[in-house]
Amino acid sequence: MNRHSLTRAFSLLIRRDLILAMRHRAEMVNPLLFFILVTSLFPLGIGANPNLLQAVGPGVIWVAALLAALLSLDGVFRSDFEDGTLEQYLLSSHPVSLLVLAKVLAHWLITGLPLLLISPLLGVFLGLPPAGIRILFITLLLGTPVLSLIGAVGVALTVGLRKGGMILSLLVLPLYIPLLIFASSAVDTAAAGLSVTAHLSLIAALLVLALSLSPFATAAALRISLS
Amino acid sequence: MFNNFFHKLASPKHFYRIAGALIPWLAGACLLLALAGLYYGLIVAPPDYQQGDSYRIIYIHVPAAWMSLFIYMVMAAAGAIGLVWRMKLAEVIAISSAPIGASFTFVALVTGSIWGKPMWGTWWVWDARLTSELILLFLYLGVIALHGAIDDRRTAARAVAILALVGVINIPIIHYSVEWWNTLHQGPTVTKFDKPSIHISMLIPLLLMALSFKLYYACVVLMRARCEVLERERSAGWVRELVETK
Repeated sequence: MNRHSLTRAFSLLIRRDLILAMRHRAEMVNPLLFFILVTSLFPLGIGANPNLLQAVGPGVIWVAALLAALLSLDGVFRSDFEDGTLEQYLLSSHPVSLLVLAKVLAHWLITGLPLLLISPLLGVFLGLPPAGIRILFITLLLGTPVLSLIGAVGVALTVGLRKGGMILSLLVLPLYIPLLIFASSAVDTAAAGLSVTAHLSLIAALLVLALSLSPFATAAALRISLS
Repeated sequence: MFNNFFHKLASPKHFYRIAGALIPWLAGACLLLALAGLYYGLIVAPPDYQQGDSYRIIYIHVPAAWMSLFIYMVMAAAGAIGLVWRMKLAEVIAISSAPIGASFTFVALVTGSIWGKPMWGTWWVWDARLTSELILLFLYLGVIALHGAIDDRRTAARAVAILALVGVINIPIIHYSVEWWNTLHQGPTVTKFDKPSIHISMLIPLLLMALSFKLYYACVVLMRARCEVLERERSAGWVRELVETK
């Protein structure tokens, strides 16, 4: 019975967040537009030389993805914090870490997934070869959940603060660096026609690590922020 | 008796007194070791056969880099103790360590860059270990910023502890990812398992300096912790007595 109600709470939480996102589509679209816009600024800024674009492309797309994730993260717990729902999560009989995981999963479905789907188009914009685009897609598939998971810890720590947004970037961006390194070098390596199994395994390992640890850290951080 | 000592140490009042008594000794020992280390390092130790005299900056650079990591570990450990056992003093130590660690990281970066100018020909190279230090500096700054942003001291200390723990898990990942990404740095010369490739006449001043830096940290962290304790306990009776008797 208890287990049943936990899965129910989990799926209800995801459904609620998805419905809320569908009602505020602008919030969902903004990070996506930001992602596309930032990426298309680079050819304008550094010149449209195909070789140059191909060289910087993976890094540019990944940096844009990090920034877009950061932009969208601020909203994960904000509205729940303001209307008191967050306190109800903490008071509920379910483990907070699992409820947090549901929130993060919903956040990824709302912001990470669109990013992922649009990324091949941006790969074409920057002239990446097909092999590179395929690996770009896989790295984003494995990597964007990590962005949401690690970011959630930072958001949970800053949710009650007035200038949380600025501090959030200082807290979270350094933690994104390993992912950025592995992911963009995976795309580079794939574009050069070499095997990227090692890179992808490392990114998958980061995902497993973040998936298993960050919900607990996020839950602890939420308890502190609301104390 | 030993147990009793620790209980006493955990109470802010006794900590304040014991730390106050320790500080002059630590400061004196730190100064003596630093003078000895600098004398042996700058005057007695022979110049390097390749790098000439410019290698001597390692007597500042290497201990500072060691300290930057060491202090982060201390901060995370103290933060964890504070989170688990709700020990106020551990929270105080954790948060007092952050600015010191950040300054050591900064010193390591600046001296590394000064050493890099004659060796590599530029002030900054995206070398793996320099980059790791830079990221470590960002992690420290994040901790300091978070602490500054939260008004309530206890909440701030606990939030910082969580952040430090997340950071501590990430430090090895960051280190190896960056190492893998790019490396130009000269390999470790002291910690090689078989035989250190550094000559004993250069190693001794290095270890003296490292010890002196450790003592410096102990001394400054106690000073900062004393201030923090006073501010936290400003409404307690013993602090008022302290102010009135002065």
